[in-house]
Amino acid sequence: MTADTATAPAGGADGAATAAPSPRGPRARTWAAYLRYGAGKLGGAAVSLLAVLVTGFFLFRLIPGDPVKTMTGGRPVSAEQLAAYRREFGLDLPLWQQFTDYCGKALTGDLGTSYQFRAPVTEKIGEALPNTLLLTGTAFVLYTALGIVLGTRSAWRAGRLGDRLNTGLALTLYSVPSFWLGLLLIIVFSVGMGPVPGLFPTGGMESGGEEGLAHLLDVAHHLVLPVITLVAVEYGQTLLVTRSALLDETGSDYLTTARAKGLRDDLVRRRHAVPNAMLPTMTLIFVNLGRTVAGVILVETVFSWPGLGGLFYQALSVPDLPLVQGLFLFFASAVIVMNTLADLVYPLLDPRVGR
Amino acid sequence: MTDTTGAAPPSVRALVRQRRRRAASRFWRQYRAHRAGLVGLAGLALFALVALTAPLTVGSDVAGVTDAPGRPLEGPTAEFPLGTDRFGRDLLGLLVWGSRVSLLVGLLAAALSVVIGALVGITAGHFKGAYATVIMRVTDWFLVMPALVLAVALAAVMPRSLGTVILAIGVTSWPTTARLVRAQTLAVESRPYIERAKALGGGHGHIMTRHVLPNVMPLVLAQTTLMVSASILTEATLAFLGVGDPTVVSWGGMLQDAREAGAVSAGDWWYLVPPGIAIAGVALAFTLCGRAVESVLNPRLGVAR
Repeated sequence: MTADTATAPAGGADGAATAAPSPRGPRARTWAAYLRYGAGKLGGAAVSLLAVLVTGFFLFRLIPGDPVKTMTGGRPVSAEQLAAYRREFGLDLPLWQQFTDYCGKALTGDLGTSYQFRAPVTEKIGEALPNTLLLTGTAFVLYTALGIVLGTRSAWRAGRLGDRLNTGLALTLYSVPSFWLGLLLIIVFSVGMGPVPGLFPTGGMESGGEEGLAHLLDVAHHLVLPVITLVAVEYGQTLLVTRSALLDETGSDYLTTARAKGLRDDLVRRRHAVPNAMLPTMTLIFVNLGRTVAGVILVETVFSWPGLGGLFYQALSVPDLPLVQGLFLFFASAVIVMNTLADLVYPLLDPRVGR
Repeated sequence: MTDTTGAAPPSVRALVRQRRRRAASRFWRQYRAHRAGLVGLAGLALFALVALTAPLTVGSDVAGVTDAPGRPLEGPTAEFPLGTDRFGRDLLGLLVWGSRVSLLVGLLAAALSVVIGALVGITAGHFKGAYATVIMRVTDWFLVMPALVLAVALAAVMPRSLGTVILAIGVTSWPTTARLVRAQTLAVESRPYIERAKALGGGHGHIMTRHVLPNVMPLVLAQTTLMVSASILTEATLAFLGVGDPTVVSWGGMLQDAREAGAVSAGDWWYLVPPGIAIAGVALAFTLCGRAVESVLNPRLGVAR
């Protein structure tokens, strides 16, 4: 998604048909408009991050029940001990003071101390993050690529058998609950069923004991089933949106023009149709990140993957407020940042937006 | 004299009714041509029938833990075609009974979510400036709250009931619709005929309802059905994570029971497979219907079938 691909729809592509844009004036104006637009988006993102910070505090303070009582797990605890816990976690202070403390600390990267692990939340997140990035990153790249490639093919050959099989499979997998698919994969490929032996580990990220290359292969081995689950449930939507966005373009005059001037079918698709179809697809890929968080929580829970999602599930079931809150802030901020990037890319892809 | 009254031009209302009837029958004629759409519709009819007749076929006492008819965790037998759960209840009966919750929650939550989403999306795309900035900030804010996390939190804050689940899904899932609708609205409004409509004096209401809405409608309708699927899936997920209504039998709850009963490590596939297929089946049926509706309403997608 560099400026390079973006100029294709803007300049009418391929030089031949359209007049070259006049040298300085319009282009400079365009860039000024784009910078203004970008600054607006960045400012908006800052406000969003602030709102997330505020919500993160109040949402989890409004959950009924005394966090200290929850923390002690209903064991009979003396009033003095309860008070000591309250002091330790700053719960005896007035709400507004808790809030200002929380904001100040959050801005310096201190998200409090986990009740259940007795460790700084930031540290727990730091430990789990690489694992989640590995799982999510691998799955994200795979399902986005798969969705776009298959979606483009499907749309270009809409109505044929290949398209019908393609969309049928995507729709079916899109309708399947990710945790259920994960459980089934575990039963079939890990526990083993009938003639199929247990090929893959039931969960976790490593067997332990290996080093170097063996360790890498071991992690990859553990990665297979969770990644398959995530890709299977997520690629369908990318495929469908790419396909319908491209179908929207297929009747357009500029494609007829492109064909009329003798371009190969393949070039018409890649250089003319696909770039124009990317806007809704881009919207979706980034919007989907929020959905991917849900997928990650479930898949990591089912496969006991030691990542942020599994951590979130553990934190929720206690409930371990500081940890839940920290993860909430982290997930939300990550998605805000990604969506802001998407906003910044739109005008490069579709010059009609952002003027 | 009676003749002349009969031949008099029909009232506006009658004309509108007539036009609507024609449009509906035209819609149905075109819908019929989509095989996948018909399959989806048949699936929906089947699920609706099963859900509506459940009180007659299985009755609410199928969910009772006391006096369960079988022994716990029996495999499929002639008496219990899908086996029994960990309390010895008939899994087939539970599956039938659970369809009611899934359909109810899915439909209501999707309706809530799409109405909010379309309203926000169209107005935000149309009114640029401060209003759009504020409303999209709110949307973004809701969007970045990982929906499941927020839904779990809401479901945990509010009293455990189906209403809570519906509300939790509805108010957390609309931003996707809003953003998609807004993107489409922006694309539509940047086209020349909107400028023409404005030049001819078209007001905000006119442009939004007469120009933007018809162009956005296919997306909204398709989104509604996708939303029903998504809501059904979210309901199952919430139940699976243990924040659903514990007093009702739902497919997600059955899966959670199965996992807690150790069906995964024991390889009791018959405990896990049916609820998942049911969830996927309903979700798929809605998706197929939605896509057929979309391709009827959007002639440019006609090739989609």
